[in-house]
Amino acid sequence: MSVSTPAAPAAAAPVRVPVLQEIRGPSALTSDCRRFLVLTRTIAVMEFKLRFFGSVLGYLWLLMRPLMLFGVLVVVFTQIIPVGDDLQHFEVALLLGIVLYTFFAEATGGAVTCVMDRENLVRKIHFPRLVIPMAVVLVACFNLCLNLVVVVGFALAFGVTPTLSWLGLVPLMVGLAIFSSGLAMLLSALYVRYRDIEPIWDVVLQVTFYGSLILVPYEAVRAKSESAASVLVANPLGAVIQESRHLLIDPSYVSAGTAIGGSARLLVPLALLVFTFVLGLWVFNREAPRIAEEL
Amino acid sequence: MGTQRTVAPAVVVERVCKTFHMPAEQAHTLKERVLRARQLRGGSRFDALQDVSFSVDQGEFFGIVGRNGSGKSTLLKCLAGIYRADEGRLLAAGRIATFIELGVGFNPDLAARDNVVLNATMLGLSPAAARARFDHIIAFAELEEFVDLKLKNYSSGMLVRLAFATAIQADADILLIDEVLAVGDAAFQQKCFDVFDRLQEEGRTILFVTHDMGNVVRFCRRALLLDHGRMVSIGDPQDIARDYLRLNFPEESERPGTTASRSGDGSARIEDAWSEDEGGTRRTTFLTTETCVFRARLSFAETVEQPNINIVWVNEHGQNVFAVSTAAEPRGSGSFRAGDVVDLRLSFVMSLAPGDYDVSMVVSRPGSGLDIMDRWERMFAVLITSANAAGGLAELPHELTIQPAGTIELEHSA
Repeated sequence: MSVSTPAAPAAAAPVRVPVLQEIRGPSALTSDCRRFLVLTRTIAVMEFKLRFFGSVLGYLWLLMRPLMLFGVLVVVFTQIIPVGDDLQHFEVALLLGIVLYTFFAEATGGAVTCVMDRENLVRKIHFPRLVIPMAVVLVACFNLCLNLVVVVGFALAFGVTPTLSWLGLVPLMVGLAIFSSGLAMLLSALYVRYRDIEPIWDVVLQVTFYGSLILVPYEAVRAKSESAASVLVANPLGAVIQESRHLLIDPSYVSAGTAIGGSARLLVPLALLVFTFVLGLWVFNREAPRIAEEL
Repeated sequence: MGTQRTVAPAVVVERVCKTFHMPAEQAHTLKERVLRARQLRGGSRFDALQDVSFSVDQGEFFGIVGRNGSGKSTLLKCLAGIYRADEGRLLAAGRIATFIELGVGFNPDLAARDNVVLNATMLGLSPAAARARFDHIIAFAELEEFVDLKLKNYSSGMLVRLAFATAIQADADILLIDEVLAVGDAAFQQKCFDVFDRLQEEGRTILFVTHDMGNVVRFCRRALLLDHGRMVSIGDPQDIARDYLRLNFPEESERPGTTASRSGDGSARIEDAWSEDEGGTRRTTFLTTETCVFRARLSFAETVEQPNINIVWVNEHGQNVFAVSTAAEPRGSGSFRAGDVVDLRLSFVMSLAPGDYDVSMVVSRPGSGLDIMDRWERMFAVLITSANAAGGLAELPHELTIQPAGTIELEHSA
């Protein structure tokens, strides 16, 4: 083996006088915020690349899943079960709901075991621990962006006219991402101690699907019970879905504020969202120093 | 080496303690936690590190040695920021790079480029810097032809080379290196150590965890010996290597196999045996080319003419590397009467390869050598170290010259 000199860029040996600093051990977020962002992005991009690596259609498969489900739902709900007949573009509203739910399920469900799955990294390298769940959320965000392109495509194809209110989707999606991040941090930290989290969260996700006004629109629920309908909007995911439909598809879908019975009451889902995020961050931050030992 | 030596410390460890809680039974579900709350409260504590303090100067090559479970890896992980110390403080000047395991986070389904970027980013480089150095990394790993191959199709040797080439790119001031790094063939190991030498010349500080005393003596300027989480000694690598051997001794003699290997009919007895240097100081560590003196005291309970006395040095692989027998000596061993007590002295220039050797001795009646009077196997162990061993079984005295063709004959035939 030849002893070739490895890359030793001249710039690598600057005259620095390092100062003694305390080694504080592992934490959720280190002081180096930039490194946290760079790492999260790098890992998420790799994961995203990997998911469809080697398949012929690549990213198309990602779009295929919601599309297939959409096809089935269109047939079932417009031809067989008369739900949402009186609503404008119910097919698109359905697709939008499913896409948003898919994001939520992917970000939170995928986060449950993520720290455990990356055990090797956690035990061998020092890095901000929060990178792991956040990378999962970021991958879900990539998928959501692609899926939203499909939704917009369908909306235009079904004759929805684009309006300025579409811009309102941006803060909504940010809110949904924050809510999902909070849950991702909470679940991934708790799973290290309690393996029950996995089956529990599976059930919760199923319940959420039916409790977030996806299949059965707000109008149909209200017809049965007005209070039940406003409770469903109190769930942040339900509120986001309802408001997205209002903004993107047609004002005939009542806004989340109206649905919950007054804009002031929107503070309930907002408070839930903020509470979840703070709780998740607090729990993860508390567990982070010991995660390598508890695994 | 050490061209940039300064007095400023690079790493300071102050009264660090680390305890692991080991529950008798681990509870992983809520149900277990509720039903067996009382049982789970018990469990044992394991003190991995107790009151460890030391400091390492900038540009120093510092060894941390100890047996398995002595806490050396825990200490490294505390320094690396993977574990949080329960008590005490750890301080470091500058960036730390940890080589506890190579290729952490490598993904078998990605090609070399993606993996290098991922791994280098984990180690603290920016993705842009990682991409910029990719060609250098591949060149150092000698993998130019396999850049586009998925990692799962790499051989293990290729993987280690790629991982190491990536790891040394992390621009750290302090390198924490675990012994698991010393994998790969001899040539690659040499390449690793060349890199360590270069990094050290650049003024980097290196903390090296190992239980290979040869490497400690060869590379480290100072070393720390840990045992059961406590500091035993700190200082000169030669002394640390000797202390390490001493630590291992009590356990050796407690081993039933070791005591049972003493046999004989009592007609003669090896009273004591040891090795010492020319000055008469007892030692168990020797450098190659040093003079080593083997000493033994024998007592005879019956009269015997020309008994055979054999002394053997056995290496870690059980090979008899060096043996001396009175049967092969021109004067033999001599005649002894019952009640005689004699001293034996054997001196030689140590020419064995670096490593651990067990010394055994047999006294038998003349003849086949099967009629044993006293046999003592693995009486003691010696550690041989060398500053420049090339890897053979023996380090024979030699002279090497390389000259223009034709000139060697002129000098040596004269």
